[in-house]
Amino acid sequence: MHKIWIIIQREYTSRVKNKRFLLVTFLVPLLMVGLIVGSAYFSFKGTEERKIAVVDPNGFFKDKLKNSNQLKFEFPKDVDTSNYQSKGYSDILLMPLFEGDKKADYILRSKKSMGFNLQETISYKINTAIEDRMLEKAGIQQSILDSIHKSAQIAELKAYEDEGKKSKESNAALAMGIGYASGLLIYITMFIYGTMVLRGVMEEKTNRIAEVIVSSVKPFELMLGKIIGIGAVGLTQFLMWIIVVVTLTGVGMGLLPDDMQNQVQQLQQSGGQMGAAGMAQASESAKNIYAFQHVLATTNWPLIIGCFLFYFLGGFLFYASLFAAVGSVVNEDPQDAQSLMFPITMPIIFSYIITNVVIQNPNTPMAFWASVIPFSSPMVMMARISYGVPSTVPYWELALSMVTLIGGFLLTTWLSAKIYRTGILMYGKKVTWKEMIKWAFAKS
Amino acid sequence: MEPLLSLSHLVKHYATQKAVDDISFDIQKGSIFGLLGPNGAGKTTLLRMITGIFYPDAGEIKLEGKHFDPLLDIREIGYMPEERGLYKKMKIGEQALYLAQLRGLSKADAMEKIKYWFEKFEMQSWWNKKVEDLSKGMSQKLQFVITVLHEPKLIILDEPFSGLDPLNANLIKDEIYALAKKGSTIIFSTHRMEQVEEICDHIVLVNLGKKILDGTVADIKQQFKESIFAIETNQPELIKDNSLFSIIDKADKNPNKILVKLSNAVASNQVLKYLIEQNIPIVSYNEVLPSLNDIFIQLVEDTQAKARAFQNI
Repeated sequence: MHKIWIIIQREYTSRVKNKRFLLVTFLVPLLMVGLIVGSAYFSFKGTEERKIAVVDPNGFFKDKLKNSNQLKFEFPKDVDTSNYQSKGYSDILLMPLFEGDKKADYILRSKKSMGFNLQETISYKINTAIEDRMLEKAGIQQSILDSIHKSAQIAELKAYEDEGKKSKESNAALAMGIGYASGLLIYITMFIYGTMVLRGVMEEKTNRIAEVIVSSVKPFELMLGKIIGIGAVGLTQFLMWIIVVVTLTGVGMGLLPDDMQNQVQQLQQSGGQMGAAGMAQASESAKNIYAFQHVLATTNWPLIIGCFLFYFLGGFLFYASLFAAVGSVVNEDPQDAQSLMFPITMPIIFSYIITNVVIQNPNTPMAFWASVIPFSSPMVMMARISYGVPSTVPYWELALSMVTLIGGFLLTTWLSAKIYRTGILMYGKKVTWKEMIKWAFAKS
Repeated sequence: MEPLLSLSHLVKHYATQKAVDDISFDIQKGSIFGLLGPNGAGKTTLLRMITGIFYPDAGEIKLEGKHFDPLLDIREIGYMPEERGLYKKMKIGEQALYLAQLRGLSKADAMEKIKYWFEKFEMQSWWNKKVEDLSKGMSQKLQFVITVLHEPKLIILDEPFSGLDPLNANLIKDEIYALAKKGSTIIFSTHRMEQVEEICDHIVLVNLGKKILDGTVADIKQQFKESIFAIETNQPELIKDNSLFSIIDKADKNPNKILVKLSNAVASNQVLKYLIEQNIPIVSYNEVLPSLNDIFIQLVEDTQAKARAFQNI
């Protein structure tokens, strides 16, 4: 056991002391924040404006098609499909002549094709206009319609989960966000740290140091020491990320203008229920920050972080030994590693796809099975846990999933160790999966 | 004297072949022991069993008369495998420390011994260098130091001189003699026969998983001698085939030297007497013993295809 400890130390320190580790540790959170801010920024600023010429033989849509940031509708004369470009329009929209209430084609022709979202928006605007026309025909005045449109958007759905007598506010959007983020994080780290194990084992083999070491320690100890050491590197990285993110958020909050901070504090004290006057005073952004803090506070973080660490470690141990087994049979050619890795990476990718489905429907039979089978459970279970324990995931399911994962990694470690100890000392021979399976199930 | 290491009826089978098939021999304490054989003969498998990397399928290994337990006895063995390497990105000093600790030395102990050996081989300045900065010969030296530094009773060296220049090879050779003198036992595995003749006291030759030769170098040479004598004379044309001997080789580099093979039951003195009687001026007359290389080829050739891949230098 003492020797495993020495191996773990080396695997850990040699990676943590590496400059690349520090770089990744600090750059990834910054990059993520930058990505979020950047995409938000560009969704406001970075979009193109389209000037659309509308040819409307009915003379109806003028004033009915509302302009927006991105879409400007104009109703010029003498514009047709042959000359709209030269007249400075990016698109031309051809309305049909109304014939009763029949379904008709509205044709959009563009210089450059339009994105799906914009097309949807145009389609929605046309349909709203037609709806208005029908209501008008039925005798409702335009001015009444306008006021209804303005005042009707007031419903806000508040969902609650019933747990016995208590009921808890549920927030599907946040649950989905957390589930998705943790699933994705496990997916990415599984690849990063899995391949780190693979490369480490390959290094020992191709550098020909494996035999020097296994004459001092058992191959199993070497493999386990490497896996545990790299797993510890992963945990360290997560810890640093959490610290960096918390610090960045704290700094960000501190940089807010004073009066906004005051408003947020007031909102907190009154539980969001300020008087109408106070509510109106509070700026939109202060309300957003308050809402953000509020949902963060209602989330069961200890459970989520605890489960995340468990499923990260469990999933890592489950797959890492398989990666180690593959690394042990690879000779000089990295190409071999690629093809041998395929059967391992496939279930990881597949699990990620399942996660994306499960996150929409966390209670289906597929969600249950995928969160119990250790190949996919780390990602899928994390996606479900964020919806709530025990409301969405009963305790027994969580326990079963954890037990199968532990059993799963014990099994893969045991089988991989047998492949590893044969492969690590074998040079100059191309090994197939068939042979590896034979070694794994060989006696002794 | 009780042997340091004793192998009895060792067997190791792989899926497709019998790598080691019932091999037994003893190695005396303090000896330099040569383990020879062509590639694929089973040498490496044998060494891996002795170092505890593999468990034998059958048979027993005894170290100093006691059953060999890899977990406990690993400390007594230093193994420099043929496929040897180091972590390229790791500093030399840290690497030596790491490997010594894996062998079971405490950190302080390891440090002290590394310092001693680094000083001895003038390697102190290497401490903070990385392996990728070393030449092949330098890393071989480092390998050797790592192998012997925990003062094992049994040192196993698989092709220790490959890639070394004569200067460094001599350095290591002298160290091997010194270690043997201090009481370490050395197993030396190679297919470079001239090195074996020079260094080893005792050899075992394995081929196709079986032991085919076992003895001291001198005994084996005696055993395989073929009554061949070299006669050096100023008048080689006077020597002709006769009933006592036949000439087997005139094409020596030295035209005055002639190799003859004595006929059955002819003593060497009879030949000498004959030469004197013939009034042939003899400069030298001596028996030619076969080289280990010749013996090796003779024994292995029968069993292997002509295209066998062993170094014959």
